[in-house]
Amino acid sequence: MTEDVVISTRDLTRHFHVGGGFLGGPARVVRAVDGVTLDIRARETFALVGESGCGKTTLGRVMLRLQEPSSGTVAYRGTDLTGLDEATMNGLRKKLQIVFQDPYASLNPRMRVGEILSEPLRSHGFGTAGEIRDRCAELLEMVGLRRQYLRNYPHQFSGGQRQRIGIARALANRPDFVVCDESVSALDVSIQAQVLNLLAELQDQLSLTYLFITHDLAVVRQFADRVGVMFLGRVVEVGTTEELFARPLHPYTMLLMAAVPRPDPRLRGRDRPMMQGEIPSPMNLPSGCRFHTRCPFAREICRTEDPALQDRDGRAVACHFPLDG
Amino acid sequence: MTAETILSVRGLCTDFSGDRGNVRVLDDVSFDVGRGRIVGVVGESGSGKSMTALSLMGLVPQPQGRVSARSITLDGRDITRLGPAGMRGIRGRDIAMVFQEPMTSLNPVRRVWEQVGEPLAIHHGLGRRAIRARVLEMFELVGIPEPQTRLDAYPHQLSGGLRQRAMIAMGLICEPKLLIADEPTTALDVTTQSQILHLMRDLRDRVGTSIILITHDLGIIAEMCDEVNVMYAGQLVEQADVFSLFETPSHPYTRGLLASIPRATEPRAGRRMPSIPGMVPNLARLPPGCRFNPRCGAAMPVCLQRDPVLTGIAPGHAARCWLHSPNGDRT
Repeated sequence: MTEDVVISTRDLTRHFHVGGGFLGGPARVVRAVDGVTLDIRARETFALVGESGCGKTTLGRVMLRLQEPSSGTVAYRGTDLTGLDEATMNGLRKKLQIVFQDPYASLNPRMRVGEILSEPLRSHGFGTAGEIRDRCAELLEMVGLRRQYLRNYPHQFSGGQRQRIGIARALANRPDFVVCDESVSALDVSIQAQVLNLLAELQDQLSLTYLFITHDLAVVRQFADRVGVMFLGRVVEVGTTEELFARPLHPYTMLLMAAVPRPDPRLRGRDRPMMQGEIPSPMNLPSGCRFHTRCPFAREICRTEDPALQDRDGRAVACHFPLDG
Repeated sequence: MTAETILSVRGLCTDFSGDRGNVRVLDDVSFDVGRGRIVGVVGESGSGKSMTALSLMGLVPQPQGRVSARSITLDGRDITRLGPAGMRGIRGRDIAMVFQEPMTSLNPVRRVWEQVGEPLAIHHGLGRRAIRARVLEMFELVGIPEPQTRLDAYPHQLSGGLRQRAMIAMGLICEPKLLIADEPTTALDVTTQSQILHLMRDLRDRVGTSIILITHDLGIIAEMCDEVNVMYAGQLVEQADVFSLFETPSHPYTRGLLASIPRATEPRAGRRMPSIPGMVPNLARLPPGCRFNPRCGAAMPVCLQRDPVLTGIAPGHAARCWLHSPNGDRT
């Protein structure tokens, strides 16, 4: 493993057991994350994209050990997090942070901004009360808000301002790796661009590495360095943003990109390839390639054999018949 | 108004009164919808786009909300003074609405076919057998697979995409003159969204339904609409056919919006994206003059003093901006 890898997962899985309890019903397993091997490199923005239920949020949480993996490993700069005891893990948590989607639900409405920002500082023993106060003011200014706002409550802010507060909280203890889970999805476009610019500036200033989880491919193309595409618990394609958008290898990636509405009426196309049918249930996965029931190119082998993620000219794809072949 | 016009709205204003006095959430909104056209209403949160739909449907909460208009003409008939009973008579029959969240807009404890067929019971007094048969036809029309087996399903047994198809079936079941779709795909995944948008276009082509499509997504506007109304802080700020809007946007807000949308079709332009500074004003504390002036890069002294009116720039293209009415013309 090279030194510039910040987060590294090997065969990571997270399964949920549903049903089979006291009230009966068959016991079933949801394979939310099902064998993911990924390296996230220092100072990059790695985007994780896919439709709802594909496991992208669960993968982000398992990387931070906010949820325990069912099997496999997650390493942070070479240290396997999966085997760590609570105390050591809590010490590392200040390096591993998350910014949530909903700026309304992720801030305690009964705490002032100053308390919201000082809580992570106190729990990691940042310093004296005065030092903590100064750091909170510094954090607010770092995200473009005035220090006077420390005394205000979350309801006094707009959605964009709250998201800035959520970012300030994540940055309190000078993290190394930040998971942004749909962090700009709830914002209006004019505000979304402001927050993305802020995230980019902070990344440059503070040498941050981002895992950027989103369903919005347009934001990915304009913001991410590399992209992983997830489908039903698996990463089916990984590549640099430009390669992936210019020349998708997996049919799912291609169809996902074709479905994005394009803000140009001259490109209006009724003849674009359209994904058929619905996402299969994660409790009842198709045999062979999980995508074969929706894939326009599926052949016999796709119904029986599950393709592995394989390297291909510095990219990776899990498909028996990648699109350039 | 031409014979082609199915809906004509003139001077629509909606006010809410509360503890802190009166707030005007819609200010002098006027637009037309032609027969078989898809007309977009686009704006950010708080711009008034959903309130426009609720006002037209007679669904603004009473008694806090008050709707007034010089006229609202639906297929030649003024519906401004119909009152609650009169509105009940046309809602679901002449104008129908599809909401954003297909889960919360369906009753979880009633079978889907009963809900989808309810407008037929209310407006046409049909019996259960006739309704069930008609719902089955509608399910086929909106592309619900295995429609026969879905009739007796409960909403939670359908996926989000199927629920939204069922909602569209309900909206169209009385063959309304106008369908208002308020963010109909916002809660859906992008692949399901493209299926639903395709369905709406297809229904317009085959059935000739006129549609008002409310969205925050300029990509959806570009894919779907014939004409577009851009809203900001309760006012229409630009009105144009879809090509003029995207090719010669005239209001600085529209220009800013078009510049700040991330595009999946173009390589990354740079580390920084263009954005509109500041934020949408609070409707209870509007700035004097043009509502957009605190965020506008082109603001002039007049913009801080007087509210511009919607001014024609080209046939079918108008903007509410002093840049386009240099002499302060009031049209």
